[in-house]
Amino acid sequence: MNEFKFMRAATLADAAAAFEKADDARYLAGGQTLLPVMKQGLAVPSDVISLARIGELAGIAVSKERIDIGAMTRHADVAAHKEIRALLPALSVLAGGIGDPHVRNRGTIGGSLANNDPAADYPAAVLGLGATIVTDERTIAAEHYFQGLFATALEPGELITRVEFPVPRRAGYVKFPHPASRYALVGVMVSDGPHGIRVAVTGAGAGVFRVPAMEQALAKSFTPEAIADIPIADADLTSDRHGSAAYRAHLVGVLARRAVTLAASPAMHGHRS
Amino acid sequence: MAELTLTVNGNPVRSDCAPGTLLSGFLRETLHLTGTHVGCDTSQCGACTVIVDGRSIKSCTMLAHEADGASVTTIEGIANADGTLHPVQQAFRTHHALQCGFCTPGMVMASVALLARQPEPTDADVRHGLEGNMCRCTGYQNIVDAVLASAKSMKGVQA
Ligand SMILES: Cc1cc2nc3c(=O)[nH]c(=O)nc-3n(C[C@H](O)[C@H](O)[C@H](O)COP(=O)(O)OP(=O)(O)OC[C@H]3O[C@@H](n4cnc5c(N)ncnc54)[C@H](O)[C@@H]3O)c2cc1C
Ligand code: FES
Ligand code: FES
Repeated sequence: MNEFKFMRAATLADAAAAFEKADDARYLAGGQTLLPVMKQGLAVPSDVISLARIGELAGIAVSKERIDIGAMTRHADVAAHKEIRALLPALSVLAGGIGDPHVRNRGTIGGSLANNDPAADYPAAVLGLGATIVTDERTIAAEHYFQGLFATALEPGELITRVEFPVPRRAGYVKFPHPASRYALVGVMVSDGPHGIRVAVTGAGAGVFRVPAMEQALAKSFTPEAIADIPIADADLTSDRHGSAAYRAHLVGVLARRAVTLAASPAMHGHRS
Repeated sequence: MAELTLTVNGNPVRSDCAPGTLLSGFLRETLHLTGTHVGCDTSQCGACTVIVDGRSIKSCTMLAHEADGASVTTIEGIANADGTLHPVQQAFRTHHALQCGFCTPGMVMASVALLARQPEPTDADVRHGLEGNMCRCTGYQNIVDAVLASAKSMKGVQA
């Protein structure tokens, strides 16, 4: 790794000021993407600003309608959170399926969303549940946040502070994990909530996307059969040695049907007690 | 260089290291705790797994400075004070859960963390819990057996 200046920010204002002052700064959250990328020499920051001690980025707040998750929340803490498991089990399942236990103990929701890997899981949750990204400057709706391969609406230095998930009536997430990395070869989030029916797909293309034809069909009948005959165009999907575009398109259909079955099963209904 | 204060295997450590030092390098090269292995150095294999504040992490994917103030446990720190093996170490030995032994420190640390989280895991829980650790020798079966056996032997006993 290159040499860099390291600082631990105590507040959001501290972090932003340090970012502003440096030549080429990077924020460090869980480091599960940034450190590997720095080892490869693909990121060569002059300054690394740790977000670990910023209290404003920590914590989970749950109400009947909304789940707010601080940007520095580790995947393992989302997966293990009892109230999230009761209200939005699809999110617990998603967080508990990221990478492996050690990655989940370090990796954060803010880091995952800032990075926007095309095979990452959280983008499917954010778009598929109609969540809102809150930064130190503004709020960004999921529709406007994701902008393709590793691209987001974040401006340089802008910090994600938390993510607000509306609690849906029901939701299901299913992924076909890459057998080695556990990233999504394809992952599908289906939800029926305050934003209507949503179907969001990760892993299949250059970035997370919705499938309007499936959403319309599910609005009429929330059953796997309703979407059985909906074709998925593979023209814009990813082809690599792990799977052709046609294979990924096929997986979108299979996983979407499984996600609907899961969402429709009583275990996946939020328990509002 | 910048100062770093932490606890390693119960001992207070105060040291200087460059900001780019990984926790794996700090443990191995500064503290000479070479039980923690570096297999891939690309966050894949888990040979470098140690426990930081109760959680298993890949020490090749954490800056040493991020462990400032933390309590780190490595494979050198889990045997009993009288030198007898930790139940997980003993079970690995009994069940032939290692061949070349390169993955073993990481496997053992991952298993210790797993059992702290889930004291009575199923076979599937163990396999899911060890997804971050690769072994090129054993085929995993004996590792799973060893972890299940240690769960039994540790029942009612503190880890
Ligand atoms: C072996 C392995 C397997 C993995 N498998 C999966 C998987 O199956 N699914 C999956 O989704 N992911 C997977 N990941 C990625 C993992 O989830 C990472 O945690 C995540 O991509 C990055 O989060 P982080 O907290 O580690 O961020 P970091 O690596 O610290 O940062 C990533 C980027 O985001 C920026 N950043 C971080 N926090 C913020 C913030 N609050 N505001 C603005 N910018 C910020 C950083 O500057 C950096 O550019 C895997 C990683 C590894 C190493
Ligand atoms: S050496 Fe750290 S994961 Fe392989
Ligand atoms: S015993 Fe050789 S890699 Fe596991």
